[in-house]
Amino acid sequence: MDLFRAHVLVCGGTGCTSSGSAELIARFEEQIAKNGLDKEVKVIRTGCFGLCEAGPVVIVYPEGTFYSRIRVEDVDEIVSEHLLKGRTVQHLVYKEKADEEQHATLENIDFYRPQMRLALRNCGVIDPENIDEYIAFDGYKALAKVLTEMSPEDVIQEMIKSGLRGRGGGGFPTGKKWQFAAASKSEQKYIICNADEGDPGAFMDRSILEGDPHSVIEAMAIGGYAIGASEGYVYVRAEYPIAVKRLQHAINQAREYGLLGKNIFGTGFDFDIFIRLGAGAFVCGEETALMRSIEGMRGEPTPKPPFPAVRGLFDKPSNINNVETYANIPLIINKGADWFTSIGTPGNSGTKVFALGGKINNTGLVEVPMGTPLRDVIYKIGGGIPNGKAFKAVQTGGPSGGCIPAENLDIAIDYDSLTAIGSMMGSGGMIVMDEDNCMVDIARFFLDFTVDESCGKCTPCRIGTRRMLEILERITEGKGEEGDIEKLEALAANIKATALCGLGQTAPNPVLSTLKYFRHEYEAHIKEKRCPAHHCQKLLNYEITDKCRGCTACARVCPVNAITGSVKEMHHIDTTKCIKCGSCMEKCRFGAIVKN
Amino acid sequence: MSNHNEKYEKLAEVIQAHKEQKGALMPVLQEAQNIFGCVSEDVQKVIAEGLGVTLSEVYGVATFYSQFSLQPKGKYVAGVCLGTACYVKNSQKVLDKLCSELGIQPGQTTADGLFSVQATRCLGACGLAPVMMINDDVFGRLTENEVPGIIAKYKAS
Repeated sequence: MDLFRAHVLVCGGTGCTSSGSAELIARFEEQIAKNGLDKEVKVIRTGCFGLCEAGPVVIVYPEGTFYSRIRVEDVDEIVSEHLLKGRTVQHLVYKEKADEEQHATLENIDFYRPQMRLALRNCGVIDPENIDEYIAFDGYKALAKVLTEMSPEDVIQEMIKSGLRGRGGGGFPTGKKWQFAAASKSEQKYIICNADEGDPGAFMDRSILEGDPHSVIEAMAIGGYAIGASEGYVYVRAEYPIAVKRLQHAINQAREYGLLGKNIFGTGFDFDIFIRLGAGAFVCGEETALMRSIEGMRGEPTPKPPFPAVRGLFDKPSNINNVETYANIPLIINKGADWFTSIGTPGNSGTKVFALGGKINNTGLVEVPMGTPLRDVIYKIGGGIPNGKAFKAVQTGGPSGGCIPAENLDIAIDYDSLTAIGSMMGSGGMIVMDEDNCMVDIARFFLDFTVDESCGKCTPCRIGTRRMLEILERITEGKGEEGDIEKLEALAANIKATALCGLGQTAPNPVLSTLKYFRHEYEAHIKEKRCPAHHCQKLLNYEITDKCRGCTACARVCPVNAITGSVKEMHHIDTTKCIKCGSCMEKCRFGAIVKN
Repeated sequence: MSNHNEKYEKLAEVIQAHKEQKGALMPVLQEAQNIFGCVSEDVQKVIAEGLGVTLSEVYGVATFYSQFSLQPKGKYVAGVCLGTACYVKNSQKVLDKLCSELGIQPGQTTADGLFSVQATRCLGACGLAPVMMINDDVFGRLTENEVPGIIAKYKAS
């Protein structure tokens, strides 16, 4: 193997690829060769580093210097200064505060310090397209240990002891699930990986598949051995082309190395994995719908029981886990269940990956031990709310979850604490909202999503969610009526109790949680025809203040001639004519137009 | 119409390759969508015959998933992300601006066949919110004021 004195790691996650990291790699390679350094410095495209806000990210080892928002023009300087002369290019180094002079490396950045990266251990560290790098980081050691030293029952017991719970959001104990599937008698069983990451704002599964695909392959093989399955399927969103490509590449490499296929490690265990692509249907994240989709049918859920462990894919016993769940498994086998339970809180062992997004300074992927206070994630890691705005709520669990208000910021995050306050863990999306976000509109946004994604099979979900959406639309348009809140609550209770699958049963949650914590916003919309966040267009009144210089720009842009006034005199908006399009406010150069 | 025939030949190859596979309908439809840009009734008929399933089954699957379209899309498909992270950062305004610039609604194609507009699900580039994609190009950290300039560039190219 060639030895290199320095490594340039360039993030190849979706976020950084979107902002041009592929061009960076090409430029680095070109400049390194031009300076005759190609025998000394190696450029590696890794998976996601997590701090997407600072992308595209480049890290130079051995120093671990963290360069952020690098443009193609910056590459020449990094090569000629840092790689050739050994001088850090200070003005390109990531800074958390403007006045900071420190040498920023992964270890001394606030974003990373409170984190514990287990599921993401290899993301941003290894080249995901090189199986040797995965093996060098203890890859496939767990599979070897399981196949040569443990019985399937031992593996299941170790998983049960670890307390690992489903990271896709359900939180069901993984070991128990395996035990049920193992107990079913059948010549053919299947192990399935749910990579249909549909929750808007969650992208940890994609990052794991892009950054460390072998960890999922290894874990699926371990699961196959434990339940007695010889075939596995990964069902992945077609919207994730990079993840699909890297996973297929990884499967091919594993086959070449004999880590998938016949007689793995000479133990007589046969196992292989196939990829199936989704086609844009959120409901396919539900396990029974997902299996129908792999079978080539409409992705409609079926009633449980029978559970997949008894009759699943192609009517055979099947076990289905989520990507992040699988990524934890090789670690648990290598380090033991006792080590895993020492992290997190009782009943909630290990870590959880969250995708921080929305109105927060450091958007990106973070992984923290279960039980970490929500406040730490938002403020210590996330760096708080930008532009001096006030925190209003954080939304977890996607369309199935709820909004958590400021008064609950001190809860310790785990499955049970989030459920107790009316939200849920979900797959780990965490969207922060500030004072400008209207909570009624957010509830409307999620219902719009579920109405669109409802498969239509059961009545409560197909029709019930639509009725809820209609009420919410009325409220945000200023046509809310007394009794609307009670109607929403009654509908929500009915849908929760009677919908067929998880999608419908949890669809009312965004409404219920916002009603619980932000009822006053609903009431202001309905009774006072006022949106406290100044978000709902139809409830706004535009006014011109005395900052007006009489430039007439607003009057000229107004599509309905609602603005009157002479040149160099203060203008006036006729609120009865105004259609609240906001064009005048955009056009005004003096900040003279306000909305109330 | 040699191009036309070539496409159908390609489809026949795809059907042949997947025929024996369990759950072949989805992968075949996906490849058909790539070959033709949409899955028209004629294409659905060929698939139904080739795989030995009913046309109603093919139609049922083709209309269930949002990635399959029955009509051809524009040369440039502009998708504005309406995932939560983008939505709270005002991606609705970007979408509204795009629609008013092109004079069409989400899901429609301009009369000249140049642009289609879509309100897409989360693209997973939440760090760049709000995000718009035109074919494979990604535009991040957008404001609605940047939309006309971007559209003009594609019209000119």
